[in-house]
Amino acid sequence: MSIFHPKGNWYRPPTGSERLWVGLALAWCLVMSITMPWWHFQGKQNAPQTTYEVEPEAFIQRVHQFVETNQVGEMNNVPIVEPEPGGDAYLLGQMWRWYPVLKLKKDQTYRIHVSSADLQHGLSIIPINMNIHVLPGYDYVMEITPTTSGEFSLICNEFCGIGHHLMTGKIIVEE
Amino acid sequence: MSTDTVKAAAYRVCETTGLSIFLKAQFFVKINAVLAVIFLLVGGIAALLLALTRWSNVMLLNDIWYYRMVTLHGVNMLVFWIIFFEMAILYFASTTLLNTKMFSKKLAHTSLALMFVGAVVTNYIILKGQADVMLTSYPPLEAHPLFYLGIILFAVGALIVAFNFFATLYIAKKNKTYEGSMPLVTFGAATAAIIAVVALLHGAAALVPTFLWSMGWMEMMDPGAYRLLWWGLGHHSQQINVAAMVSVWYFVATMSTGAKPLNETVCRGAFILYILFINLAAAHHLLVDPGLSSEWKIWNTSYAMYLAVLASMIHGYTVPASMEVAMRRKGYNKGIFGWFAKLPWKDPGFSAVALSAIIFGFIGGITGVTLGTEQINIMAHNTLRIPGHFHATVVGGTTLAFMGLAYYLVPLIFQKDFYMKKLARIQPWLFGGGIVIMSLGMSFAGTYGVPRRTYDSDFGGAVLETGFDPVAHIFLGVLGIGGVIAFIGLLLFLVLIVAAVFFGPSLKGQKMPTWQTDKEQKMTDELISKGYEEEGKDYHVKTPGTIVLVLIFLLSFAIYYFANWAALADLWHIR
Ligand code: HEM
Ligand SMILES: [Cu+2]
Ligand SMILES: [Cu+2]
Repeated sequence: MSIFHPKGNWYRPPTGSERLWVGLALAWCLVMSITMPWWHFQGKQNAPQTTYEVEPEAFIQRVHQFVETNQVGEMNNVPIVEPEPGGDAYLLGQMWRWYPVLKLKKDQTYRIHVSSADLQHGLSIIPINMNIHVLPGYDYVMEITPTTSGEFSLICNEFCGIGHHLMTGKIIVEE
Repeated sequence: MSTDTVKAAAYRVCETTGLSIFLKAQFFVKINAVLAVIFLLVGGIAALLLALTRWSNVMLLNDIWYYRMVTLHGVNMLVFWIIFFEMAILYFASTTLLNTKMFSKKLAHTSLALMFVGAVVTNYIILKGQADVMLTSYPPLEAHPLFYLGIILFAVGALIVAFNFFATLYIAKKNKTYEGSMPLVTFGAATAAIIAVVALLHGAAALVPTFLWSMGWMEMMDPGAYRLLWWGLGHHSQQINVAAMVSVWYFVATMSTGAKPLNETVCRGAFILYILFINLAAAHHLLVDPGLSSEWKIWNTSYAMYLAVLASMIHGYTVPASMEVAMRRKGYNKGIFGWFAKLPWKDPGFSAVALSAIIFGFIGGITGVTLGTEQINIMAHNTLRIPGHFHATVVGGTTLAFMGLAYYLVPLIFQKDFYMKKLARIQPWLFGGGIVIMSLGMSFAGTYGVPRRTYDSDFGGAVLETGFDPVAHIFLGVLGIGGVIAFIGLLLFLVLIVAAVFFGPSLKGQKMPTWQTDKEQKMTDELISKGYEEEGKDYHVKTPGTIVLVLIFLLSFAIYYFANWAALADLWHIR
């Protein structure tokens, strides 16, 4: 009984169907354990690993410089910026927008640096639903290759104050 | 006065179980359970408002009150309701089940006062509008110092209860108040208490410096370091909840069906796995955070192997299997599932626990392990898939199990009978059903990327427009409807409990009224008394029904898991 004290020596290895289940469950856990590292070798989608320390002011500086040298247009007064394929791009999360709008080419790889000017934010690319966490003081580098084209939205999915549900941005991917 | 009369005043003998109930400890079981239920009401009102706001065609609250209610709901539910109730379980499992008085009444009073004051202060400052920071209070977001102080006071109180619990185990052992090993339910409670100590120490490391920062006495903690430490509290707390929930499963399985753990070694071994292998798994919450390497993330989500998951899968077998054996011994031997149909479904304590195990396993467990996979988390982090997952673990699982336990606590500890027993019988189905619907609505909306903690899912008024597929909005409607049903189930629970505890017919000197037929109750009683004599004896285990159930579970798990990998392969490439 689960509410009474077992007396004597109750040690006993599992038998019968209990043993079968423990074995099956263990095997399944092993499969799951192997899948994660395996995907690092075989899969194309892994959590970005590159991070640099950065002061928010310094990061904001880099973003402005990036916008100045690469701006190609404007959308609702927000600059549209086109980085070199294979090159670095900068994306700033701040209360409450993702800045600037990025213009990318399909099937080209970019190093997008993401950081925050103020609070924590959550970068979410919609509708493909890819999400990473953004912290002030951390320059998080996504090496990203868009495989579909069109206009994509960026939203924020970490609470960042009363205007959190106004925090959006755009990525435009051309063929 | 002879020692006998002193003793006679110190405890009473339970008419139903024959266990000794120590009156001082009984007081603390009662008061903690009552406080838990009060905070459940506060959190529940916030829950209804939230469900009616995320339902995008309703959007009941304005933005300020939505965010305030997310904070209020998270704190009252995940911290105050759950932990007060767990304190009641610790007092019960350490005294009654070990046949001992508790270690210190003074400590019990102190801890109760700290926890109560902490909870009131935190609620006050949230409702005053000076702590709209969510449960997690991630810096640089800053709350009024009283927010952190309230939670710290509450946590210190809980730590003292854990200390009182361990000291009670110690004096029981020293005074030899029981023979052999401690009962499985106490063993599970001890597991929860050990994890609680580790959790609360992490909590102190995150919140004390943050409190000092909010007072202006210290620099702000690094936001990444804070997340690491805070989730050492937040994630471990979920392991406390799991261990406590599983202990309740075992308790109610015994009380309602006469089930006896098939194999103490396996059950206890699984609890030990929780302690050994879950402690650092806070990494689940940081899988797409900057500053941490993939090796660290993978190691800490799996500890090289998912042995804590294994532990839950073991309990998921041993609990129904022990019931199957009990039912077969009662003669319900027809086919593979004859015993299953004959389980005491009319007992709300039982049906709550059965639903808890099913919801926790099939929805909460499967989604949790899958979303906690390093790469799959890219498709889930901070979307509504996350609350979809944990409302199936900590609500459909733990909260429902605790409700099931309450159907036993009221007659056994409060010695009061229920009114409206027909309604009581449907309450677990209403609450569990509502939570399942809401959880599915959240999960599916989340697969479209709909964010959690966000007032307006369409970001109306933003400079750069966006929005979601209409289907996502249908699922937000499902979320709302499920939430309303769950709220009705929660309210019904509160009404039943309050009516019984404060106005119910007294059961002093009586056995607990059965929810089953007298004949069935007699068979259950017989098994319970027989099980006691049979303790330690071996008997043959054949559980064909349970094996089929767990194989269906494993199949569902594998399908969901690999379907998510397949979906991941369609995303843009990222590394
Ligand atoms: C009637 C029952 C309940 C309903 C209808 C409900 C509904 C909700 C809703 C709609 C949200 C907000 C999701 C969002 O917008 O991000 C939420 C969040 C949450 N709920 Fe519940 N809930 C219920 C019970 C519970 C219980 C019993 C617990 C814990 C034991 C719980 C724990 C939480 C937590 C921790 C959050 C996250 C808060 C945050 O993001 O900071 N809920 N719930
Ligand atoms: Cu944001
Ligand atoms: Cu935000």
